[in-house]
Amino acid sequence: MSQPAIDRSRMQVSNEIAIQISAMNKWYGTFHVLRDINMTVMKGERIVVCGPSGSGKSTLIRCINRLEEHQQGQIIVDGTELTSDLKNIDIVRSEVGMVFQHFNLFPHLTILENLTLAPIWVRKVPKKEADETAMYFLEKVKIPEQAKKFPGQLSGGQQQRVAIARSLCMKPRIMLFDEPTSALDPEMIKEVLDTMIGLAEDGMTMICVTHEMGFAQAVANRVIFMDQGQIVEQNEPREFFNNPKSDRTKLFLSQILGH
Amino acid sequence: MSDASYVREAMLPAQKPPASETGVVHWVRANLLSTWGNIVLTLLAVYVVYLILATIGPWLLRSVWTAGSLQECREIIEATWGEGKRGACFAVIAERWQQIIFGFYPRELYWRPILTLVLMLVALLPILFYETRRFSWWVGVLFAAALFGSVWGHASPVVTVLVGIAAVCLGVWLCVRGPQYLMWFSLIFPAAAFWLLWGGTVWLPVTILLGFVLGYGAYRLVSALNGLAGVIAAVVIPILWWVLLCRAAADVLQGIVPIALVELGSDQFGGFLLSTVIGVSGITFSLPLGILLALGRQSDLLIVKSFCVAFIEGFRGVPLITLLFVASLLLNYFLPPGTTFDVILRVIIMVTIFAAAYLAEVIRGGLAALPRGQYEAADSLGLDYWKAQRLIIMPQALKISIPGIVGTFIGLFKDTTLVSFISLSDPMQIVSSIRANQEWNGIYWELFLFVGLLFFLFCFSMSRYSMYLERKLKTDHR
Repeated sequence: MSQPAIDRSRMQVSNEIAIQISAMNKWYGTFHVLRDINMTVMKGERIVVCGPSGSGKSTLIRCINRLEEHQQGQIIVDGTELTSDLKNIDIVRSEVGMVFQHFNLFPHLTILENLTLAPIWVRKVPKKEADETAMYFLEKVKIPEQAKKFPGQLSGGQQQRVAIARSLCMKPRIMLFDEPTSALDPEMIKEVLDTMIGLAEDGMTMICVTHEMGFAQAVANRVIFMDQGQIVEQNEPREFFNNPKSDRTKLFLSQILGH
Repeated sequence: MSDASYVREAMLPAQKPPASETGVVHWVRANLLSTWGNIVLTLLAVYVVYLILATIGPWLLRSVWTAGSLQECREIIEATWGEGKRGACFAVIAERWQQIIFGFYPRELYWRPILTLVLMLVALLPILFYETRRFSWWVGVLFAAALFGSVWGHASPVVTVLVGIAAVCLGVWLCVRGPQYLMWFSLIFPAAAFWLLWGGTVWLPVTILLGFVLGYGAYRLVSALNGLAGVIAAVVIPILWWVLLCRAAADVLQGIVPIALVELGSDQFGGFLLSTVIGVSGITFSLPLGILLALGRQSDLLIVKSFCVAFIEGFRGVPLITLLFVASLLLNYFLPPGTTFDVILRVIIMVTIFAAAYLAEVIRGGLAALPRGQYEAADSLGLDYWKAQRLIIMPQALKISIPGIVGTFIGLFKDTTLVSFISLSDPMQIVSSIRANQEWNGIYWELFLFVGLLFFLFCFSMSRYSMYLERKLKTDHR
């Protein structure tokens, strides 16, 4: 895969902690889905999480904004610990943006309304200002002309870019991506990845669950490999792809890069 | 070597379809005469339609509109059309239509239900067509109609003039200032309708409305300290107000500023007026209750969930007629002695509860049809439960459930005829009493046709509205 030219001037990792997960365990009923997860994410880090299906990678990032509840251990996001306290959950959620595999745009609202809904109702931004911010981010994902349309009228790639813009309108400090390109036609994957690269260039803290290894090599500063609910290996991308340590990682990489 | 004849060098513009694919001839051929079997069926159907028209047509054609009795009707028909001919005797409707529509409401007070109906349309317009801003001139028309209705209904001259001036002023003001104020009128309309229909002092509906203001005030004051306490205060304080102080306050105010209409008892309600009062109130109150029950049934809170399940299954599992009997007979045993609890109010409560239980299940279907991702997207943006429900979940779930909701409403409206079993005079009951008269003994088609037509008008317009709404809300572009 050809490497896109990336402006790395603002892609700096600070020494402030963005997310701290320690000794975290999660069960679905009796199934132990996440086992003793420990990880620290610094501000400005771009992390790609990969692994076979069922390895718990989606569950891990969904724990970070508590779409899933963990049962043991500690998750601290931007200084706020996630407990059953609803107030903390809402604080974390408004600081952490999330992009889903199936976009999850609101089909009954126009693109512009999709973007302004949360700023207006959660952040109490005046409508005019929210509209301006929304148009700014629509420009950024390169589809300002679609503002008055409904999600059903857009292509998959456009919908996913709208979903990214919707998250950005909340001015999040951290962005989570849950397989953002897995539901897209091949010709649309690039436009979404370009948007994500642009975001990385702006210095956003990102955690991406993805199988786009080209993206991982180009943008990530760390790749985390998960299997059976555990973090098996993590390394900076070049090392990770060229010199994997564990057998499980070698097998996985040979399977996804082998053809 | 490539075969160039398969490659277009210039793109073709779209062309008209062949004549046989469009037009009347094509439609007739495709829909009526496509095979021999269908030709036979078409001919049969035409014959059946002919038979029906040949029976009903002359009957309607030979209708009589002015006569004093069925006997007189028959004589007129035989005199005009010949011996042994039969025709419709609509004279009974010409003579008794007011009774079928207004029941036993005093004739000189008909302007009150008519005004209420017109105001109801004014109150409904901004809700039914909330996105269409062009309805504002309709308001002027409707207020003019209200003026006409109240003059025509022989109100006392003073009342007529006052109502007329107020209506025109309000209409003009609303047209000029914009329809957003109409929502406020929609909110106070139920109390206004109550006052207009039942009469009595104006201060009773005012103090009842005041209960809601008190509840809101209590909520704003107490919820600043504690959210849950705020909700409890918002529920408890209005109820205490309504039960303990509301009527006394109304009496005091009436003593200071006496404004009152002639008071009417619920026994004077009947006919289509009664059906509409019960039906419209039932529809209005059952939708919010149904939404809350549907949400409660999905709740994670065990007590809320079990209560809602028990409520829904309990009331859905009992025939409406049983509930009406409970309302009319048994409820008095449970209430403290001496409490008078209006029978129509009791029926409205029962009908509301019954319809809400059905609606809850209809709406649950809509909720279940929403993808999980919609909830997750709302959560991930930091919307709390009620905001997510109000802005994301309910608009979509209700849209999916529109056909089911309107079906329930239509059922509810027609079920209001069941109140005849607890000796309230619904239109069918009135028809029976007209037929029990000596002059009209033996007549049935004409009366039932009239009542049926009235119900049909109501239900058909609900059905058409729901189709309009579905079209308007269609945004998925599949």
